[in-house]
Amino acid sequence: MIEQTIFYILAAVAVIGTLLAITEKHPVHAILYLVTSLFSMATIFFLLMAPLVAAFEVIIYAGAIMVLFLFVIMMLDLGHPEKGMSPGWREWLPALLLSAVSIASLVTIIASRQATASIYPAAMQIREVARHLFQEHGLAVELVSLQLLFALVGALYLGKSPAPSPPTPLPEGEGGQRPGEGLPL
Amino acid sequence: MTAFTLDITLFAVKLALVFFVILTLAAYLVFAERKVLAWVQDRKGPNRVGPYGLLQPLADLIKLLTKEDVVPSGADRWLFYLAPAMAAIPAILIFSVIPFGAPLTIYGRTLPLVVADLNVGLLFFLALSSIAVYGVAIGGWASNSKYALLGGIRGLAQLISYELSMGLSLVPIVMLSHSFNLTDIVAAQESVPFIVYQPLAFIIFLLSITAECKRIPFDLPEAEGELVAGFHTEYSGMRFGLFFVGEYINIVVLGGLAATFFLGGWHGPLFPPAVWFSLKTLAIAFFFIWMRGTLPRLRYDQLMHLGWKVLTPLALLNILATGWWLALK
Repeated sequence: MIEQTIFYILAAVAVIGTLLAITEKHPVHAILYLVTSLFSMATIFFLLMAPLVAAFEVIIYAGAIMVLFLFVIMMLDLGHPEKGMSPGWREWLPALLLSAVSIASLVTIIASRQATASIYPAAMQIREVARHLFQEHGLAVELVSLQLLFALVGALYLGKSPAPSPPTPLPEGEGGQRPGEGLPL
Repeated sequence: MTAFTLDITLFAVKLALVFFVILTLAAYLVFAERKVLAWVQDRKGPNRVGPYGLLQPLADLIKLLTKEDVVPSGADRWLFYLAPAMAAIPAILIFSVIPFGAPLTIYGRTLPLVVADLNVGLLFFLALSSIAVYGVAIGGWASNSKYALLGGIRGLAQLISYELSMGLSLVPIVMLSHSFNLTDIVAAQESVPFIVYQPLAFIIFLLSITAECKRIPFDLPEAEGELVAGFHTEYSGMRFGLFFVGEYINIVVLGGLAATFFLGGWHGPLFPPAVWFSLKTLAIAFFFIWMRGTLPRLRYDQLMHLGWKVLTPLALLNILATGWWLALK
């Protein structure tokens, strides 16, 4: 009973947080809504006796990816909603396509299976999770890690400037040195 | 009294005690820091309020509580209000997984001296420590001030460069103790603390937690020489106090973690376990204060260089070497 109440509160927080993250114009606020939503998701995983997933949800999503987003937004000073342009249909099309694919797969899974998730699942030890992951699904894990490598190489390629850019002008004010210049320490 | 109410009462007492001790310790750590720094610099330090200045934390508290709470114009008001709590709460939550003494037996039932004995305790710590940076970043951003913003950005970049080496330095501990549970990790060090097997991991972890709690030589988010006070430049009164106390809670908690992971936790001869745990924690805290009195601040690129190009590869090598050692043993 208590678990159910907590679950519904957390589920409401997750859904509302995600909705606000999508509709919020301000990027920093949107990130915080998303982090709130991820946090309640993590707590739901905890309720479902999956503390490992809960911990990874916070470490990877809230603690690493969202922190990187926040870092980029703050460093490039993108936190001005008035400057942002609303995306045109060209930007909408891939997003809609991808969400259609994921919704379709979700519907297929739900339609093809009986509801088997019990309300009181058994706790799984970390050892068992690791065994399942690396023995039964070892190939999938390797494929995913290869994909991450592809993404990394792709990002490097895209991020590389086509031609050596001219040196940046000296910043005004004291010192007037570019980073990397000056007396070696 | 039924068994259930007894359990609840014992738990509540334990919780209240932990809160009280940590907050008091954090307040007195500020005092200790001022005293130790004064000795390092051949001064007297605070000595006016109470005997030997011992009531100084109380005077500071009254001063902070009665100060005006200023919100700068153009600040993001709600986030500005929220940020100090976002910095302090994760710090105190981390303590809930640290075992601070051997299990007690009261009225025939054992009371483990840890608030939440999670089987993913180590990951819980990593998760919360990565969350704590939101307080710094959001506080810096919401202040609408360039110094605060720069401090916030530095806090984020520092976290990204140090979290990896911190997490990696703890992998050998998990390999040696076969567990993510902090109680098991302490139990595995009953005869020999892990610092004997893992001196390199201990050094990497110590450097990483120094960056984690933003202490000199890694206090770039608040570097007072360049950024006024960094992310908390615009804060005043108790909101500043919360950032400040959060930092010292962080020192206590991270000191406790270093003691748990590497120094054998509450194990030790002669004294009771809780005393050993406090001694080890305070020794790490003293080390932090000592470093502040001794070392200059690193430059920004030096810090990133150290984190990415020195500590992270070293931690990976250490994991590899530990793997070889465990396989050959």
